[in-house]
Amino acid sequence: MSVFEYAPAPESRSIVDIAPSYGLFIDGEFVDGTGESFKTVNPATEEVLTEVSAGSEADVDRAVRAARRAFDKTWGPLRPADRGKYLFRIARLLQERAREFAVLESLDNGKPIRESRDVDVPLAAAHFFYYAGWADKLDHVGLGTKPRPLGVAGQVIPWNFPLLMLAWKVAPALAAGNTVVLKPAETTPLTALLFAEICRQADLPAGVVNIVTGAGDTGRAVVEHGDVDKVAFTGSTDVGRQIARAVAGTRKKLTLELGGKAANIVFDDAPIDQAVEGIVQGIFFNQGHVCCAGSRLLVQESIHDEVIAGLQRRIGTLRVGDPLDKNTDIGAINSAEQLARIRELSDIGEAEGAQRWQPACDLPDRGFWYPPTVFTDVSPAHRIARDEIFGPVLSVLTFRTPDEAVAKANNSTYGLSAGIWSEKGSRILRIADQLRAGVVWANTFNKFDPTSPFGGYKQSGYGREGGRHGLAAYLEGADQ
Amino acid sequence: MIGNDRLAVRKTYKLYVNGAFPRSESGRTYEVTDAKGHFLANAARASRKDARDAVVAARAAFPKWSGATAYNRGQVLYRVAEVMEGRHVQFCEEVAAGEGLSSSKARAAVDAAIDRWVWYAGWTDKLAAVLGGANPVAGPYFDFSTPEPTGVVAVLAPQQSSLLGLVSVLAPVLATGNTAVVVTSKDRPLPAVTLAEVLATSDVPGGVANLLTGDAEELGTWLAEHADVDGIDLTGAPPKRAMEFEREAAGTIKRVVRPPATEPDWTADPGLTRMTPFLETKTVWHPMGV
Repeated sequence: MSVFEYAPAPESRSIVDIAPSYGLFIDGEFVDGTGESFKTVNPATEEVLTEVSAGSEADVDRAVRAARRAFDKTWGPLRPADRGKYLFRIARLLQERAREFAVLESLDNGKPIRESRDVDVPLAAAHFFYYAGWADKLDHVGLGTKPRPLGVAGQVIPWNFPLLMLAWKVAPALAAGNTVVLKPAETTPLTALLFAEICRQADLPAGVVNIVTGAGDTGRAVVEHGDVDKVAFTGSTDVGRQIARAVAGTRKKLTLELGGKAANIVFDDAPIDQAVEGIVQGIFFNQGHVCCAGSRLLVQESIHDEVIAGLQRRIGTLRVGDPLDKNTDIGAINSAEQLARIRELSDIGEAEGAQRWQPACDLPDRGFWYPPTVFTDVSPAHRIARDEIFGPVLSVLTFRTPDEAVAKANNSTYGLSAGIWSEKGSRILRIADQLRAGVVWANTFNKFDPTSPFGGYKQSGYGREGGRHGLAAYLEGADQ
Repeated sequence: MIGNDRLAVRKTYKLYVNGAFPRSESGRTYEVTDAKGHFLANAARASRKDARDAVVAARAAFPKWSGATAYNRGQVLYRVAEVMEGRHVQFCEEVAAGEGLSSSKARAAVDAAIDRWVWYAGWTDKLAAVLGGANPVAGPYFDFSTPEPTGVVAVLAPQQSSLLGLVSVLAPVLATGNTAVVVTSKDRPLPAVTLAEVLATSDVPGGVANLLTGDAEELGTWLAEHADVDGIDLTGAPPKRAMEFEREAAGTIKRVVRPPATEPDWTADPGLTRMTPFLETKTVWHPMGV
């Protein structure tokens, strides 16, 4: 089948203005950090974008003290309706500067502009808009009347959805009346720093939002700070374990949103073309850098060959390349380190006996790239069926009966998400009931909404983000 | 207890695992005395192997118990209250002896314990409405969230309140559809064994609740690090070990209820506080269309 050629359609990067260096955002001001600064690069070109401060323990302490002051003096006593109005302002400002955020996100993260423009940024604004409305309705969250905010929230977020994860953390925390110290991921600090500017444009009181950039040590300092009341983390299960250990024996409340190895189950009565689109969306969205990615395809044996043929045909048309090109489907891998991990696990997959398939595709010479990859003949014992790869790599397994599908889907230490493809509503609901996963998508995948609670079972973490469940994680009530 | 010249038939107090009453596989027992130090019984002292057996039983019982209808679970838990009521006198004697309470205070504790089962029995078919709901997502999906049980929950029961405290930590775990492995009060284990006899005759399926008499300090470690335990309630953990147990529990990202600074007033309204920690929220996106 011939495929139309596309002329390049690059989004202009002139809309963003990246300073040569950035400090930390503490107490409403950009200040120099006392740690060593580090570079953040465009993963599509390896071009250095700017230098960013690494927050030291002393910087984190300064940020926590600013957050505590704001909690005691301004944000805590503020009328709840006014808290909500600030959040509405932030939502609107994000919408107004949406294109700027989208371009900056794609530059710093490597994700296609189509996704940053159509998913990350609009959803981030939607989260602020949603939680803004909760700020003066906390009596109705379901925790009894007059639930109290926890105080200072220390939040550590990953590099796969930098702005969106910021929104998931900051919006409910502020709506509930907390103040925050947020540590963005080391490789993707820029949209968080631009968000700081939004806070200033919104006239948000100083200290309510503090952004301390840095790597693992900075994150550890946030998590372990004695005056932090709440820790919220999104990232790997390994780091989640360390954080759970670190907060043991303290008063800190903890929510963890960790790794996943989602089963995407395709029954023989599924709409096949739609399922193929959904499988592609499930695993190749955001280069597979998605904790809830549909990385384990469970396909009913009778339609295996048909689905694989359809997948290969569709994957052959995916365009891998310049994240700022509006036609790009798959952008750059976020870092050299992540690329090495994807390569390592893929090689292990082949060594363990699975069959690797990749389309013929030209990858740019510079930058970090990995082609969309499908492994067939995968057994449930293979590493590529058990470990989170966090890249554009799909492992295909088969099943014969619904019971076998459920057993294989649940055979994981993770339990974040799952997908079901079938035309039969009763089957969808029955299988959804049996899956041990926090989010189940039927005839769709990777959908998110601020009203819809998201989070995992088992070692995918605990606590929910989104909906009133996400708000409850930042409140203390009589009935909790 | 003793009528006329008749010599009483004493009870052997054993563990309750998988619906049966075994001795500890270790053969160990320890002496249980009343509040004044008089001998009451030799209780089984559960071992690591007993704890592991109990986890296996609880895991095996989980699919059926969590899959039962909420109405059915409610009736079973209400039945526990009914059967306890029939053993009221026995519970009062054991609580009075173990906790050193006057008979009226012991009676109040037993009454409250029975009423607590009734309270939780009534919760089983209301949690989904109170904690779940439909989510108005911006798209053509019926999106809904429901609470589901976490799985196998280890409970270190309170050390002081041997019956009311025990019921207050066990009933919420069962009402939410979890299965339980409980380590009872070490020094006051006898009401727990009698409660096990009630559970065994109340339509609670074997393995759903497993009660181990013994030392939470010893057993807590094994349960906190056990890879097939999904959550742990540290209420009765020895204060100097609780932090260590919480760290061990982090190894498999267990849901943890931290111990209170001092044992709470178990007569207070518990609210949802003991149920939500062992509930997961599942969100389903169901397509809409024609």
